Amino acid sequence: MKALYLVAIGNVPDKAWEWIEDAAANWFPLPVRRMPGFPIPEHAFDAKRGQYQSVEFMKLLAQQAPRGAYRVLGITDVDLAIPMLSFLFGQAQFDGQVAVVSLRRLRQEFYGLPPEEAVLRERTVKEVLHEMGHTFGLVHCPDSKCVMSLATHIELVDTKEEQYCARCGLHLVERFTSWNGGV
Amino acid sequence: MKKNWPILVVDDEDVMCESMAAWLREDGYRVDTASNGQKGVESAKATDYAICFIDLKMPGGMDGIETMMEIRRVRPDASVIIITAYATVDTAIQAMKEGAQEYIVKPCNPQEISMLVARILKLKKLQSENAVLRKKLNRQYRHHDIITKNPRMEEILALTQEVASLRSTVLIRGESGTGKELVARAVHYSGNRADKPFIVVSCAALTETLLESELFGYEKGAFTGANGQVKGKFELANGGTIFLDEIGDISAKLQADLLRVLQERRFYRVGGSQEVEVDVRIIAATNKNLAEEAQQGRFREDLYYRLNVIEIRLPPLRERREDIPLLAEHFVHRISLELGKDISGISNAALKLLIAHDWPGNVRELENVIERAIVTCHNGQLEEQDFSWLQKSVIPAQAWDIPDVPLGELERRAIVAALERKHGNVKEASAALGIDRSTLYDKLKRYEISH
Repeated sequence: MKALYLVAIGNVPDKAWEWIEDAAANWFPLPVRRMPGFPIPEHAFDAKRGQYQSVEFMKLLAQQAPRGAYRVLGITDVDLAIPMLSFLFGQAQFDGQVAVVSLRRLRQEFYGLPPEEAVLRERTVKEVLHEMGHTFGLVHCPDSKCVMSLATHIELVDTKEEQYCARCGLHLVERFTSWNGGV
Repeated sequence: MKKNWPILVVDDEDVMCESMAAWLREDGYRVDTASNGQKGVESAKATDYAICFIDLKMPGGMDGIETMMEIRRVRPDASVIIITAYATVDTAIQAMKEGAQEYIVKPCNPQEISMLVARILKLKKLQSENAVLRKKLNRQYRHHDIITKNPRMEEILALTQEVASLRSTVLIRGESGTGKELVARAVHYSGNRADKPFIVVSCAALTETLLESELFGYEKGAFTGANGQVKGKFELANGGTIFLDEIGDISAKLQADLLRVLQERRFYRVGGSQEVEVDVRIIAATNKNLAEEAQQGRFREDLYYRLNVIEIRLPPLRERREDIPLLAEHFVHRISLELGKDISGISNAALKLLIAHDWPGNVRELENVIERAIVTCHNGQLEEQDFSWLQKSVIPAQAWDIPDVPLGELERRAIVAALERKHGNVKEASAALGIDRSTLYDKLKRYEISH
């Protein structure tokens, strides 16, 4: 059965699941399931950079995806990067099965500020919608308010709204309605 | 749109290639990856990549610089971005010298790379738009866009083809409106300078000092208001062609300056002390008889001979009346399309009227007349009455509104008027008066008219 599986990689605060499940239920016509979490894959740690290679997290998700899982979204609290880029808020297989979102750089504390739960909630939802959008074939949107716009720093994440623009939303609707057998 | 700009990532590390490709795909690009230089070159042979990211260090086989040079040989328009680690910045500078457009040190900020790609593609887009526009211009000024079945015009067109790829100066003579600029463009766009600039300067439209700074540019402080260095038309036309219209009207000083450019292909900007060297083909045009102007001392003889290497004399429209129907149909078609009016053509009676007209303003006048007729026309075809105002202008009322005067005075006035209209050209004035040249000379003597 088509479902969106959510999975923790390492420790993830309980509240985050509520935010993510709500957002998923609002936007995607898919049942949302929780999978047992994985420990942080330590082989993905790049000691020189003090970060984890996101690609290893993606591989882990793809390998461990339950049979028939339609989408698998991993959530982690460690800092992610790829060899080329100094950091990532998240990564997705474009038009594919898996995606990962890191909470580390969404937290106010990362920028030397006191923690703010409301801010973390908003940013988490935006990043989840963004990476999931990529798995449904959406590319970056030129509308900076759209959740699919490219954010290369945290201020740009804050500029976005917690929703897809009309054009990206329409793409998703077409995508969901064209599924064979429905959901 | 982004799909039109494919990107190649060449890196021996699989994780590097794939993560980079995935990131760019999220941005909507079509991305291919290659795990070594050889494979990268093979991919570049098959696909016209806009950007190639190449890792500098690839052990075994081709390194980044070799791969870049080979890819640039296959795809000279591809922009290469060399990816390097901190330790090899010197080599990256070497890569830039070898033709890489940019280099990035990994890992880099997502914003940095996003802006880099956007900047390169913006430039590519402008370049490709420019190429399209140049092609369009080229098409617009190909020879067969000059409409004629007149044997003399056909000879002229053949000549423009022959001289198109030479650097020799061309002097185009012809009355206003005969298409001197069109012929100049045809020469430019048929030759090997076609993809370089074609710059038009109307010499009569500017004062001497303005024209001088227009042609040669100026340095900061050359005169009040010269706030910075400005390139002149000669520099802007470098590699291409400069078209100097109405060359017969330039001052003695500018004639001397121009002669120097023609002889040495170098000049000084106004207020400058450094010579500027240019490779520019000069095409000049005039409606004056420059040989005569030179004889009279009004135009430098040495400049005249320098300009007159290849002379093209365009006949006035009244000497190629067989082209009037062709040109008229062409203008009707084009102008009615432009104005969004549904006009199918011109009636025979109207055409006869056009053929009979003398067209002192030549093809340009014909074009204007047809545009005016199309604007006011309410039928699907241009009729005689659509040109009724033209008939009036052929024979201005006041020309016949002459009080009782001796017949001889009438003849004298007719001769003076004809000479004025023909700018003193006796041959043309006699043709217009319907008498031969010797008769006109006799009458000039008899009426003591100096011309």
